[in-house]
Amino acid sequence: MADETPDDAADTPGDEPREALLAELSELLGDAVVETHLQPGQNLWLRVDPARWQDTARVLQRASFDYFGFLSAVDWSVAPEGRYEDTEFDGGLEPEDGSAEGSDDTEPTEPEAPSSYAGGDTRFQLLLHLHSHTRHEAVIIKADVPEDTGAVDTLRDIFPGADWHERETHEMFGISFNGHPQLTAIYLPTEFEGHPLRKDYPLLARTVKPWPGVVDIEEIPEHLEAELEAQVMAEFEASGGGE
Amino acid sequence: MNELLALVYWQETAIKLGIALAVIPTTSLILVYLFLFKMMAFMQSRLGPNDTGPYGSLQLIAEAIKFLQKEDIHPAQADRRVFRLAPVVVLASTFLLYVVLPAGPDAVVENLDTGVFYAMAVSSLSVLGILMAGWASANKYALLGGLRAAGQLIAYELPLILAVMGVVIQAETLNLQGIVVAQATGEIFGWGGIGNPFILTQFVGLLIFMIAAQAELTQTPFDMPVAETELVGGFHIEYTGFRFLLFFMAEFGTAFAFSALASVLFLGGWWIPGFDVDDNILNILGPGVMLAKILLVAFVIFWVRFTYPRLREDQLQKFAWKFLIPLSLVNIVATGVFKVAF
Amino acid sequence: MTATSDREQMAYVASQAADARVNVELDTGDMTLNIGPQHPATHGTLRIACQLDGEQVILAEPMMGYMHRGYEKLCEVRTYPQCTTLINRIDWLGSFANEVPFILAAEQLMEVEAPPRAQWIRTILFELSRIANLSLFLGDMGVQIGALTPVFFAFRDRERVLNQIEEVTGGRFHPNFDRIGGLKDDIPKGWVEETHAVMTKMRTFCDEMEDLLVGNEIFQTRCRGVGVIPQDVALSYGLSGANLRASGVDWDLRRDANPGLAWDQVDWRVWTHPDGDSFARYWVRLQETREATHIVDKLLDGIPSGPIMAKVPRIIKIPAGEAYVSTENPLGEMGYYIVSTGDLGPFRVKIRTPSFNNISIVPWVMKGVYVPDVITILGSLYFILGDIDR
Repeated sequence: MADETPDDAADTPGDEPREALLAELSELLGDAVVETHLQPGQNLWLRVDPARWQDTARVLQRASFDYFGFLSAVDWSVAPEGRYEDTEFDGGLEPEDGSAEGSDDTEPTEPEAPSSYAGGDTRFQLLLHLHSHTRHEAVIIKADVPEDTGAVDTLRDIFPGADWHERETHEMFGISFNGHPQLTAIYLPTEFEGHPLRKDYPLLARTVKPWPGVVDIEEIPEHLEAELEAQVMAEFEASGGGE
Repeated sequence: MNELLALVYWQETAIKLGIALAVIPTTSLILVYLFLFKMMAFMQSRLGPNDTGPYGSLQLIAEAIKFLQKEDIHPAQADRRVFRLAPVVVLASTFLLYVVLPAGPDAVVENLDTGVFYAMAVSSLSVLGILMAGWASANKYALLGGLRAAGQLIAYELPLILAVMGVVIQAETLNLQGIVVAQATGEIFGWGGIGNPFILTQFVGLLIFMIAAQAELTQTPFDMPVAETELVGGFHIEYTGFRFLLFFMAEFGTAFAFSALASVLFLGGWWIPGFDVDDNILNILGPGVMLAKILLVAFVIFWVRFTYPRLREDQLQKFAWKFLIPLSLVNIVATGVFKVAF
Repeated sequence: MTATSDREQMAYVASQAADARVNVELDTGDMTLNIGPQHPATHGTLRIACQLDGEQVILAEPMMGYMHRGYEKLCEVRTYPQCTTLINRIDWLGSFANEVPFILAAEQLMEVEAPPRAQWIRTILFELSRIANLSLFLGDMGVQIGALTPVFFAFRDRERVLNQIEEVTGGRFHPNFDRIGGLKDDIPKGWVEETHAVMTKMRTFCDEMEDLLVGNEIFQTRCRGVGVIPQDVALSYGLSGANLRASGVDWDLRRDANPGLAWDQVDWRVWTHPDGDSFARYWVRLQETREATHIVDKLLDGIPSGPIMAKVPRIIKIPAGEAYVSTENPLGEMGYYIVSTGDLGPFRVKIRTPSFNNISIVPWVMKGVYVPDVITILGSLYFILGDIDR
């Protein structure tokens, strides 16, 4: 299908190969699909019902999406301790000359709703990326992890490669996978408590001491910026436009 | 020598033993420095030691001192007596091997009539030492290495002995000095200019001997017992300091001894054309000639060591039992036929 | 445990109970052998617990995490330019190649396209890091099998490639050179000719490796038929890179899912091998290294002129969205799934590393192999610990 041209060629608004793929998958999966999102020229997202997680994987594998990319999760809450060098929690830096230095950038933007692509209702959302090497297409499947059980079915019997990815997702987020025989830690030592990639798991370096580094971008004063840029471009053109 | 100095037997033996004991570390030193440090380095496009002494020649002395001053530790679960005895056994077999190596018409510690037989028998003792080391180390890697060594060394004893049989048939004697004399006084199609070094007629035997020697020394491509990237040292993984030095010396001492055996059996030993077999001058020149031939053979051994990857254990065994032994038997039969026919 | 019990047995059991639980039943007849975490063959701190019956492996379970640095969590508290310093260190042999998918994903979200000159130079540096990475593998595989010499040649010739990377980026191992919107700097004068010369030398190196190792009978005996991975198993485990192509799957992300770099501007071919054993994996990587030198040669001759960086604001804020870009890194398919909520830095970064999937096949492929073959298979699968552990 997309053999002779890379997908970029069809990135006019209206990505035909992906739209056709979307139609085909929606038909195959039927009512398991909750929401979809197509980013032209980039990717295709499908959000499915978590109760039909295994079915989806089987259907997709039969539809030639048999290459297992990865399986992971996203935690859509906001980290309580802030994220930047000058958020209050860390003790921040003094602005150098007292002037407002990009102060409008210091407020972390809260995610408007869990998942900007293909929606989502719960705190945790699973991500699954599958490839088809015969059709040269890929699809990203999302599913909300149910709040009450915090568990979905395992994909291990369909894609053996999911074994380790599910173990990692479990230890990092705390999501359980029904039917997985051995959900032990894969990265962390056995005595480790907690699930690190959850947003409420503190990053110790930030709680222990303030951010030690300096701002890595120094602002050029605005009135000089245009002048300097013109100068640089003139030199560039004069030297022959590079080698 | 008896005529020269009129020595009593025990004095003579003491001198000879003293020389032999001094020779063994020296030969290991030469081999290690020349081949392990320098030749290997040059083949791998690096320089090797060049700091300690001229061209790094004192490196091994430095290493020996380093080994000597290390703490004597052993694993807690190791069987202490066996653990300590193992390197001594391996080194003892090397020392015993040096007893029969001739360096001149009279320059030999003991000219045994069953020289070849004795040499082969004594070189098999090292298997015992290696097994002791592997077992007593209380380490699974060592155990694996020791068991592999046992299988390999026993398997490759046979081709070694059978290859030598061809030489013995041709020389009609087990005595090493006698074999040298046979090569010196032999003739190639009636021309006695360079004698009859058995390499010409026994080239198959030499090939088998070299392969089997490589395996007996646990050098790549037969270094399964010491596979560095798998067993990280195999049977001598738990040995440090002086005991490791003993293993190390044993390895290179045995390499020297096997090269000496090869040059005696196949290359003509201490004799060079232009001299009579009984010349006394050969007692002085002989060691030099032997050294040259030994270095040649050792060069081949170590060259192969640095170049080839290693065979897996079962492939190794298959190679010995299904290929080398039948070939050496054929060699013996052919030698016997030719010996009788001509 | 009482002190009166057999001390030997206690010590034995204690030595078996290690940091993480081992999923093998300690049968009295078999032996549990730990390969690693300190072992010359595991390319770092990987631990493989093998249950052996004599010299045959019954079960092999890899245990990782000795080098886990928590990159995904760390990226959440950094700005986008700061993330690249972390990301450089995932696959530390393929230096520049780590940054590229991340930068491309960020550019996708920002809807910024780097100018053509930047794209070409990115591709050249990408292929140079592929050559640097794979040339080490070519020598290293020899060491795993026992041939000690080729790896020295590999290191010596690899230095040339690293010198070229250093001349452009300033860093041999961690260039940190890619920026959202282009590159940090332009290539220096004379670099093109030097790189042409280096590519010729690398081709000589590939020929040397072919002579020394591929043609060697012992190497072939050790590698042929060892660790065969059929096509469907490879796909379902998510193997990527040369491992997949050595199992006969004609799949190369450079050709089949071009994220915008300059691979479609030159002619090159994808190498596959039908066997799927360790020898096939070595052979495919050898051909790929040669192919990479040809790609670099062709690209060097046609670098377009122009700016090296697109116009991006000084302080980069990426609009809300999600993007996933994966590229054909030297080790396999590396991808970054970036979730952005309109901040200075990412909300979540999922790093899909090739070695994680490549090593997940170890329990399957190691059943019934001998201990030396364990090392051969590990060597041929070729992983980097930083890639597995992130």
